[in-house]
Amino acid sequence: MKIKPLQIIAHIILILGVLLMVVPIWISFASSSHDSVTILTEGMKFHIGDQLARNYNEVLNEKGGWSEEVTAAKMFINSFIMALGIATLKVVISAMSAYALVYYRFKLAVPIFWLIFITLLVPLEVRIFPSYKIVSDLGLTNSYTGLILPLVASATATFFFRQFYKTIPDELLESAKLDGANAWSFFIDFLVPLSKTMIAAMFIFMFVYGYSQYLWPLIMTTAEEYWTVVMGMKIIYTESYEGVALPRTAERFAYIILSMIPPVLVVVFLQKWFIKGLIQTEK
Amino acid sequence: MSFLDLKNVTKIYPNGTKAVHETSLSVDEGEFMVFVGPSGCGKSTLLRMVAGLEDITEGDINLDGKLINEVDPSERDVAMVFQNYALYPHMNVYNNLAYGLKNRGIDKETIEQKVNDAAKLLQISDYLQRKPSMLSGGQRQRVAMGRAIVRNPKIFLFDEPLSNLDAKLRIQMRLEIKKLQQKVGVTSIFVTHDQVEAMTLADRLAVINNGIIEQLGTPIEIYDNPKSLFVAGFIGSPQMNFLDGNIKNKTLSAESFEIKDIDSDFEGEVKLGIRPEHLSQSENSLINLKVDLVEQLGSDNLVYGQLKDKKDFCYRCPGNLTIEKGADLSLNIENNKYYIFDKSTGKRVN
Repeated sequence: MKIKPLQIIAHIILILGVLLMVVPIWISFASSSHDSVTILTEGMKFHIGDQLARNYNEVLNEKGGWSEEVTAAKMFINSFIMALGIATLKVVISAMSAYALVYYRFKLAVPIFWLIFITLLVPLEVRIFPSYKIVSDLGLTNSYTGLILPLVASATATFFFRQFYKTIPDELLESAKLDGANAWSFFIDFLVPLSKTMIAAMFIFMFVYGYSQYLWPLIMTTAEEYWTVVMGMKIIYTESYEGVALPRTAERFAYIILSMIPPVLVVVFLQKWFIKGLIQTEK
Repeated sequence: MSFLDLKNVTKIYPNGTKAVHETSLSVDEGEFMVFVGPSGCGKSTLLRMVAGLEDITEGDINLDGKLINEVDPSERDVAMVFQNYALYPHMNVYNNLAYGLKNRGIDKETIEQKVNDAAKLLQISDYLQRKPSMLSGGQRQRVAMGRAIVRNPKIFLFDEPLSNLDAKLRIQMRLEIKKLQQKVGVTSIFVTHDQVEAMTLADRLAVINNGIIEQLGTPIEIYDNPKSLFVAGFIGSPQMNFLDGNIKNKTLSAESFEIKDIDSDFEGEVKLGIRPEHLSQSENSLINLKVDLVEQLGSDNLVYGQLKDKKDFCYRCPGNLTIEKGADLSLNIENNKYYIFDKSTGKRVN
């Protein structure tokens, strides 16, 4: 087979794109396996060093923070719980609200939908004071509920679910009705399985969204046992300038690499569904 | 009271459109009733009201001695086959059939038994594990029917189920539906705009136009004895020929001929209807036809041509007669089989 020049150019562009994505991650990973002193004196590394296990062990289990009690492992668990809670509830709530908006033909459905849609213009950062006030009045500061609850409503996901439900033919609903399905069983037996791939995609987006939250957990938590990974990144960065000790550059890299793992796992795990939905045409 | 009873049923949509006008109709148990009419005539609306998918604006519907106006579709014990089948795309054929039974709280063994019986009856046993997207049009059609049969409902409703199939398959499925209905013996209502389908399937036929039942009867009754201009034109293929005419003193004069001693006291403007198959060639002719085109169907020839006043006319003759293009034919109406309709009201007058 002859390779056309255009193909070569296309491949070069694609390879450059891949390198652009992968090289920084590789440098971080390689650098995380060296001694901090080596990194500071010789710069970042492209090859694996001999300090891999030590650095990672230290990052995960060393107690840090003001009270010297919280470990990175604990922060990972916190972030995971928060992201999981946000993603799950966001998907469930928006799927159900979209169901109500599409299938219950009450007169206010359209205005209510636009009201929900408008909240896109009001992200958490804009309403952070009222949100904090409410959560603190409810006594939910320093709790997982407080971390998760204010972030669970999603206009974006509601919009996508609504658009999807609208493409489902009316006959399906009518046929299900004649087969004795009620409102609940139509949702569970039809809409949920039909929107499986949609749910997977939304879950991925929302998980990453929840995982990368910074401002809200920062304001919400005073107790270190509720700190999240993204907050920890700031702490581990500032910490190195406080003392007289050398900056712990290698451990920082290890921390960054570790912090990437949970979202990557979620994507890898749900990708199967995602691709299945793309190649399997269903009418 | 009969099995299914519609009394003065009216449907007015919220936007004011009147789809069905005070329609009364009764269907006997085990009967195959066909609603036929042009698109938009209200036949589907009527069917959907029986199913419970449309609210009834006025009137009553009784099924098996029970008023079902306010009964939820799932409680009516009716099964429907939709035009696009509405199979559940995410379930395999087995679950498509079993879903309605599961919702009725039937135990697993009974469901399996019933699904397998229905599958066997419809010859879809081999596809039970497949998804609908992996089936052909005819197979999907069978699954849709299986879904209806398996529940053993009081009444089957078919909403133009054959219109998505190709011509050959349509004829085959038409036969199968008829056979199946006779075998299972379930009361059925079948909606179609295809008059051949209607004639072949129906025990009784309701010709619907503009939300009104124009005529109700067996297919042959309707064919032999259409009560209105619309029914006469709608039933029968090729279509009945219509000529303008006038009646005075029991004599009808149309075009270039006259018919004397007609069986009607009507006087005035009329339409004379003659079916293409009720004509024959003879010496003392009434009608002179100049042939434009001959369609040879093998068993029959369809001869299209013009009368003296350039009016289009069709004549159906046996296939063994050779008729050339451009020939002049003299035709006679066999056995006085002609129909006279009042031109202003469309009502039959002879």
